[in-house]
Amino acid sequence: MSLSDDQIRRLARLARIAIGEEESATFRDRLNRVLGLIDQLQAVDTTGIEPMSHALDVVQPLRPDAVTESDQRARFQADAPAVEDGLYLVPKVIE
Amino acid sequence: MIDSTLVELQAALAAKRVSSVELTRLHLERIGRLNGRLNAFVTVDEETSLAQALRADEQRARGEAGPLAGIPIAHKDIFCTRELRTTCGSRMLEHYASPYDAHVIEQFGRAGAVLLGKTNMDEFAMGSSNETSYFGPVRNPWDRRLVPGGSSGGSAAAVASRMAPAATGTDTGGSIRQPAALTGVCGLKPTYGLVSRYGMIAFASSLDQGGPLARSAADLALLMNVMAGHDRRDSTSIERPRENYARALNLPIKGLRLGLPAEYFGAGVEPGVLKCVREAIAWFESQGARTLPVELPNTGLAVPVYYVIAPAEASSNLSRFDGVRYGHRAKDYADLTDMYCRTRAEGFGAEVKRRILIGTYVLSHGYYDAYYLKAQKVRRLIAKDFAEAFQRCDVIMGPTSPTTAFPLEAKTEDPVQMYLNDIFTIPAPLAGLPGLSIPCGFDAKGLPVGLQVMGNYFAEAKMLGVAHQYQRATDWHRRVPTETPL
Repeated sequence: MSLSDDQIRRLARLARIAIGEEESATFRDRLNRVLGLIDQLQAVDTTGIEPMSHALDVVQPLRPDAVTESDQRARFQADAPAVEDGLYLVPKVIE
Repeated sequence: MIDSTLVELQAALAAKRVSSVELTRLHLERIGRLNGRLNAFVTVDEETSLAQALRADEQRARGEAGPLAGIPIAHKDIFCTRELRTTCGSRMLEHYASPYDAHVIEQFGRAGAVLLGKTNMDEFAMGSSNETSYFGPVRNPWDRRLVPGGSSGGSAAAVASRMAPAATGTDTGGSIRQPAALTGVCGLKPTYGLVSRYGMIAFASSLDQGGPLARSAADLALLMNVMAGHDRRDSTSIERPRENYARALNLPIKGLRLGLPAEYFGAGVEPGVLKCVREAIAWFESQGARTLPVELPNTGLAVPVYYVIAPAEASSNLSRFDGVRYGHRAKDYADLTDMYCRTRAEGFGAEVKRRILIGTYVLSHGYYDAYYLKAQKVRRLIAKDFAEAFQRCDVIMGPTSPTTAFPLEAKTEDPVQMYLNDIFTIPAPLAGLPGLSIPCGFDAKGLPVGLQVMGNYFAEAKMLGVAHQYQRATDWHRRVPTETPL
């Protein structure tokens, strides 16, 4: 399996990463090397093997649904690129 | 004093032979002198460190000294700190001021440690050479033309060059153990879930684990006593009684069963590495340990499994960097989607983008079963191999890395060559098992070689005992790098 320039551009769109034409060729070359590496897995017989999604078989702990945090909006928004009146600003999405 | 272990520093501080302010100043001066040559620290703030040192001295005067009171510790720049910016080696977070401290940072604060600075790292911990950092590569204190390993390369170089007595790191596929090996220091990746990931910027959440780097196994034990422990803010943090990681340092070696996997001693391992590792194993045998062959037949599949699972989790974790709530935002854009795309194009470096794209691919419709699910099944096979091996042996030994430190840019052209360097460190985190690396000699080029000790779940105290006994008989861990004399 190897990726074409079109597929690279589609993945980049899905991942919300802008990539230029020249960059795309470099990405294609390097990504295809990595795909060559991970394609080795296809040859392994995994019949009847349970997928392992986590290192330890532990149960997800639950906590009471109670407010424990204090309001730190101003502190958090100090890190934001653009805020106004306590709101995060993004480019207009609805005309 | 600059060459002391934590155990020695504790004694010196307790006996008032030195104050924390003096000790901190000593390390800050050395950072000032050496960091320009090594680039191990990204952020150092003398005022913050000295204020903390003064507070530690005052606490000691009142008789309130914690276990690491007054000892300066460097932190990998992946741990969020309120007092210093947290960059994760990325342009995306170049100016990020965390509103909170990571659990690990809080624990060191409670123990009385002084925050010495934030260490350089591969961007978002993705790399094995520290060359993917936005802040430039870290250089190896044994030879500045070489890499220190990664991704905790700044922490490893800082400890090796005596700029810091100890440091924190994180290990997803070898990021503590491999740089420890390549710089001649000690590093421990604990069992998954022992050290809270709260405030530790996420790369691959089912693998990421924080751990210590230091100049002796006894020091690693001290640091683990501070770092490990249950934290409700990390849903994968394990709830179990606190333990003293130094309790088995005097472990008898006689009768210890050392498992040796043939897969770790084969082709691709440099002769100089093999020689040192074999000599270390021979020392254990001379002390009455018994060696036996164990089989880890799926070792060769660990790297491909890792490069499906880690990028998949990374592509999800790194979707939070969208230029809205924190971090970099592009200046020019047409609309919201364009803002996201340009922000992420500018904020992330090439290796991070590659991994996000791989992750996006293996999780995308039509490929999920073939890649992601398949990798999770093979991950189970790798974990099973270890489970069987640990029924027969106490610890597994082998090289940490197949090579000693390599030149800068030697492996940047071909990502697969870089990835294969982690072949012996990737299996343990896939299984969630602990692993440590300690120095065990030098190759013909005079570069340090790391011995890896892997243990069963929660076997850290035993593994540290194995390492400590070796360090009582050898002085590889006390050697000072040639480029950074005392």
